[in-house]
Amino acid sequence: MKVHIEKRGEVTVVGLTGELDTTTVPEVQARLNGEVSDGVKLLLDMRKVRYMSSAGLRLLLSLYRKVQARGGDLVLVGLSDPIRDTMEVTGFLTFFQAYEGLEDGMRVLEAPR
Amino acid sequence: MGDLERIDLHPTHHIAGYDLRPGRPLPYGATRVPGGINFSVASMYATACTLVLYERPGGPATVEIPFPPDFKVGKVFAMVVFGLDAETVEYGYRVDGPWDPDAGHRFDPSIVLLDPFARAISGRPVYGVRTDAPLRSRIGFDDFDWEGVRPPGIPMQELVVYEMHVRSFTRHPASGVRHPGTFGGLREKIPHLLELGVNCVELMPIFEFDELAMADDRLDYWGYGTVGYFAPKAGYAVTGPLGMQIDEFKNLVKTLHANGIEVVLDVVFNHTGEGDERGPTVSFRGIDNKSWYMLAPDGSYRNFSGTGNTLNCNHPLVRSMVLECLHAWVSEYHIDGFRFDLASILGRDTEGHVLDNPPLLETLAHDPVLANVKLIAEAWDAGGLYQVGNFPHYDGRFAEWNGCYRDAARRFLRGDDGQVKTVAECVMGSPELYPWRGPMASVNFITCHDGFTLADLWSYDRKHNDANGEDNRDGADHNDSWNCGVEGPTENPAIRATRGRMARNSLALLLLSRGVPMLLMGDEMGRSQQGNNNPYCHDGPVGWVDWRLCDTNADLLRFARQLVALRRACPVLRAPEHPTQTGDDPDIVFHGVQPDQPEWAEWARTLAFEWRAAEGEGGVYAAFNMHWQGHVFTLPPPPAHCQWHQVVDTHALSPGDFTPLEEAPPLRRSSALVGPRSCLVLVARRA
Repeated sequence: MKVHIEKRGEVTVVGLTGELDTTTVPEVQARLNGEVSDGVKLLLDMRKVRYMSSAGLRLLLSLYRKVQARGGDLVLVGLSDPIRDTMEVTGFLTFFQAYEGLEDGMRVLEAPR
Repeated sequence: MGDLERIDLHPTHHIAGYDLRPGRPLPYGATRVPGGINFSVASMYATACTLVLYERPGGPATVEIPFPPDFKVGKVFAMVVFGLDAETVEYGYRVDGPWDPDAGHRFDPSIVLLDPFARAISGRPVYGVRTDAPLRSRIGFDDFDWEGVRPPGIPMQELVVYEMHVRSFTRHPASGVRHPGTFGGLREKIPHLLELGVNCVELMPIFEFDELAMADDRLDYWGYGTVGYFAPKAGYAVTGPLGMQIDEFKNLVKTLHANGIEVVLDVVFNHTGEGDERGPTVSFRGIDNKSWYMLAPDGSYRNFSGTGNTLNCNHPLVRSMVLECLHAWVSEYHIDGFRFDLASILGRDTEGHVLDNPPLLETLAHDPVLANVKLIAEAWDAGGLYQVGNFPHYDGRFAEWNGCYRDAARRFLRGDDGQVKTVAECVMGSPELYPWRGPMASVNFITCHDGFTLADLWSYDRKHNDANGEDNRDGADHNDSWNCGVEGPTENPAIRATRGRMARNSLALLLLSRGVPMLLMGDEMGRSQQGNNNPYCHDGPVGWVDWRLCDTNADLLRFARQLVALRRACPVLRAPEHPTQTGDDPDIVFHGVQPDQPEWAEWARTLAFEWRAAEGEGGVYAAFNMHWQGHVFTLPPPPAHCQWHQVVDTHALSPGDFTPLEEAPPLRRSSALVGPRSCLVLVARRA
């Protein structure tokens, strides 16, 4: 699993590549937790995530709660159909703002609140 | 001050490359503890136990760790294993002890057994797909985010129950859902439940079972052969292959609750999926046969369930499992109630004798965690015990599937002799059966998963179960059904019309009776099982709901929806007490074709009843003519300042069979013709 983090203006864009499962979650979690600050605007680019296990979904929900607690915003972009289906049917999707393309997600995060 | 680090984070033993320490005997099962997992398994007669771990899901065993003798507390093997990944690890047990069937012992350490307390089970991730994969225990996570959604807490008397099978409900291609046959698919069909107006789904078993375990190539389709009482059925989850059945089922419950619909589970504590001595050894038999099962003195299985074995419900070990199981489903899954399959077995002692005060039932009745959930008994068993009306109820804590209601209603509706008095009892919520408990003790039903569907009840004189592969021997022989002239499907318009009326009469009787009405999945749209009254083994169209029926039988569906809405609109139908029949202000008055003159005679086939509302408005008059000829009923005068409005006439063609109350004009007549095998319903409204 590769984690690429870059700043685009106020938005922290995190690109994930590979499989988000029980073996990769601890490292990803550590990297992402380091990005959570007051009012953070976080965009997770999931376009290159091929597979996500229960551990991955739990990581996302836990991250969402942390961002929420700090008054920030979290947006997911590029969920594959199977991952979106899994998230929908298990109820995880309801917590997230999810968009198809990177620019859609950027627009939402860059919009004045 | 920060968190103090726990002392028991530190291993005391190192075996086969794994860090261990003595575990805690309770709770049984596999529990996450700081740094590791606590494994605990109880067996009164085992001599040794080995934990088998699979760290790659579906892969070979990674390690087998015998429980060191000094890790045993009493008869419980308990051990903490550190450094395991709780999300992926699978496990099982080898249990050693005597192989002595005559003495009730069937230990066989060559078999890796399921944990009876496993929170999830792998091996059958997709329903019905043939596989030799072993069933393995997994760890569960209880971290679901309910977002404050709570159980609706609907009072018993307000319930309209819908009994359903998770897979059958949406498996048919015509269901149009994205995830057919699953918890997710059911969730997509919540709008149908809301439109019908039901506020409680009773799910046929959703605990893990092995649909492939039958000795031949048939399926245990319905799923009454439980293998894991704490694990939701993975094959019912579209996310089963990801092992996320726990989350998917919780999300279903959460969404149902958010829509005001409760969830009752059909739980099968009378037997397990292991069958008799010819059945597979999956868990209980290999761990502690003599404790888990009721055995005869020669070690053979007692069979009060009709399925080969009988769970030893009043053995302390089994009692604690049942209680813990229900605790888990209530506290972790927010389940609203339980329907106990063949519940009379829960009142038998370890020898099978019937107990006056069964410890298990008493425990459940007075348990604080279960205090707000509905407890419903199927108050009979296959050993000849029939306890409808006298199931041990502990001040009304247990309600019952009222089998007497079903039988009387069918006979009356069919036009049998001598049923009027009995069915009048049923309408009142069966006060003779439940004199102290009130009508909430009575779950009223005319059809349920056992037996004919409503459409088949009035299309078949006899069961047609040949496809079940038992030469038509299985299933009930006495169905009190009637084919209306021709056995099975017909194009004869008169017969079809009669069947339509019979279905409507049935629904009307059910929804105008006090007690808790229960509908069977699909009856609202005329679902047929082609005369099969026991399709427990078919994963096919015979058991699936064909959603095209919503169009084909749109008129019946409309009638059912309107009728449920009528029950909602008339509180007098749902009061939690039995009605008074005497005094100046009776709650119910029975009539015949003449007011105040009910015909109780053997030959009578007409019954009218008038539910009187305190305010007058909202009172309901219903005239049932189950005779094959029409009869004129002289109507009782409407309540003071009110007029009768006719909402139901099952002799009329749709949409005249149901006129919504707000559209129904006041009735100007003092009498009404009730057609052959038809019923009429009037509602009082202020003039």
